[in-house]
Amino acid sequence: MSVLSVVEISEGKIKKASVEAAFYGSKVAEGLGTDSIAVVLGEASADELATLGQVGVKNVLHANDARFNNFDSKAFAKAVGEAVSASGATVVSISFNQNGKLLAPRLSVRLKAAYVPGAVDLPVFSGASATVKKNVFSGKASAQYQLNTEKKVIAVNPNSLSPVRGTGTASVEAFAPAVTDADFSTVVKSTDKIVGEIPLSEAELVVSAGRGLKGPENWGMIEEMAHLLGAATACSRAVADVDWRPHHEHVGQTGLTIRPNLYVAVGISGAIQHLAGVNGSKVIVVVNTDPEAPFFKAADYGIVGDAFQVVPKMNEEIKKLKSAH
Amino acid sequence: MKILVPIAKVPDTTSKIAFVDNNTKFSPDGVTFIMNPTDEWYALVRAIELKEKQGGEVVVIHVGLADSEQIIRKALAIGADKAVRVDADPTDAYFVAAQIAAHAKTENYDLIIAGKETIDYNSYEVGGMVAELLDLPCVALVQKLDIENGVATIKREIEGGTETVEAKLPLVICAQKELAEARIPNMKGIMGARTKPLAVVPADATEKLTAITSYAVPEKAKECKYVSPDNVAELIRLLHEEAKVI
Repeated sequence: MSVLSVVEISEGKIKKASVEAAFYGSKVAEGLGTDSIAVVLGEASADELATLGQVGVKNVLHANDARFNNFDSKAFAKAVGEAVSASGATVVSISFNQNGKLLAPRLSVRLKAAYVPGAVDLPVFSGASATVKKNVFSGKASAQYQLNTEKKVIAVNPNSLSPVRGTGTASVEAFAPAVTDADFSTVVKSTDKIVGEIPLSEAELVVSAGRGLKGPENWGMIEEMAHLLGAATACSRAVADVDWRPHHEHVGQTGLTIRPNLYVAVGISGAIQHLAGVNGSKVIVVVNTDPEAPFFKAADYGIVGDAFQVVPKMNEEIKKLKSAH
Repeated sequence: MKILVPIAKVPDTTSKIAFVDNNTKFSPDGVTFIMNPTDEWYALVRAIELKEKQGGEVVVIHVGLADSEQIIRKALAIGADKAVRVDADPTDAYFVAAQIAAHAKTENYDLIIAGKETIDYNSYEVGGMVAELLDLPCVALVQKLDIENGVATIKREIEGGTETVEAKLPLVICAQKELAEARIPNMKGIMGARTKPLAVVPADATEKLTAITSYAVPEKAKECKYVSPDNVAELIRLLHEEAKVI
C-alpha cells in the first residue's frame, strides 16, 4: 500500500500545483501510515526531483523520457496507471489544474477508482471508503463526496493546502512504463505562452479590474500594482469581451477559476458569474465607487472610492511597505 | 461527419442554492433548470457549425429523467438532428460516462464534443471518462477546433497561455469559452424540434462509484472591513499585518 502523487514538470521544473499535490499525497500517506510516492513523466534532473522529499515524498518513479515532455491524456493515463500498479498505491493525488482536470478522470476509469474532482481538504477514511470535501455550485456550497472503491483518485484544488517544506530528500528511481508511440495520440504544433508574467492559475496574488476602469488605456496602474506585488493580472468578462484585456485574463464562471491568497478587484461589480471564479480566494479586497456593489458582500476589505485616486495611493503605500522590508 | 454531444441539465446560475433532508439533497424548489452553458454555447454550437460546413449529423445524448425533455428539445431547436435520453438519475459521473460510452460504441462517431464542466458540480470529468472508456484521444479546455481530412487542429488552454495540437479522428473534445458563439433558436428551429427523433433508452447496470453524503452552505457572508479612501495606508497595513498576504 502507498499513496501516489502525479507530479508535472514544466521546462525542467516541478510545477507549483504539483508540489501541493505531492504535499497532499504525503499528508494522506501519513494519515494511513504508509509511504508517499511520486510519479514524474518527462525529462527532469534527479536533483530537482529529489526536492520532493521536502514535502514528504519518499521515492520518485521517474520516466525520464522526452515523449512525455508534452501532455497527452491517453499516454499519461496509461503510464500513471502502471505507476499505480508498480507502487501498489490505493490513493492517487493529482493537481486539479489544466492537465489534471483531464488526466484524473481518465485515470479513475482506468483504475475503476472513485474520483473526487477538486478536493479542498484531506480525506477522512472510514473502513474501505473515504469522504472528501469539494466545492459545488461554483463555490456557493460544498459537498462531502464518498469514495466507495478500494482505489481512490483525488484531484486537489489548487491553493487548498499550503505545503510545509521540511529537509527531506526523495530517492529517484527509473521508471519505464510500457507506453508505445501509438499511445501518444496528440502532437503539439505550437505553444503561445505569455512570457515574463506570472500565469494566472499559478499566482498567489492577483490584481483584477473591470469596466470601472473606463478604458484599456487605464490599466497601467493595475499592471504597476501587479508588478509591485509580484501578482498576476486578471479581468472581468465584460472587459475581455470588448477586447480591453486578453481573454486568458478573464476569471469567472465561463473563464478561469482561481483561488489565490489575495484577490484585489478594482471597478468590478461582483456579479454572481464573476464571484463563481474567485470566491475561493483567501482574502478579497474590493475597490468600487458604488457602495451597493454586490462584491462588497464577498469582500474581506473594501474601499468605497474612485479607483483613479485609490489605486495610485495603494501603489505608493505598497512601494513604502516593500522598501521597508 | 457524425458528432455526438452529451448535454447536462443544471440549475440556472442565479438560482438560490438550498438543501433539504438534513442537508443531504439539493432542493429543486423554485429552481429553473437549463441546459449546461458550456454544453450548449460551445460544444453543441461548434458541432452544428462543423456539420453545416462538412455535412453529417449531430446527435445529442442526455442522461436524465423525463423532466429533461425541455432542454433536449432546445438542443434540437438550436440544430441537433436527433436526441437520445438515457432514462436514469445522473448522480455519479462514472455512471453517466458509462451510459454515453455504451451508446457511442453502437454508433461510429467521428467526434464527441462535451462541455468542459457542468456549472453545478464543476467536476470536469465526463468527457475524459468517456474518452478512456472508448480508448480515444481526448483534448480538454478547447478554445478552437478545426477539422480537415480527418485531422483535428485544436487550441487548448495551458497554464499562462495556449497550446495548438493535432489529433486524428475519432476524438473526444471538452469545449470551453471561445470555441463558438451561442445561438438562440429561431421559430423554424423550435417548430422543427417537435418532430425530430428523441429516443428514450434504459440505462445499463453500471455501478455508481461515488455518493454525496451531505452538503453545506457557507455559514454567513463575510463581514467586509471598510477602509476610508483617504486612509489607503491602513488598508496596506491590514493586508500586511492582519491578513498577512503581502
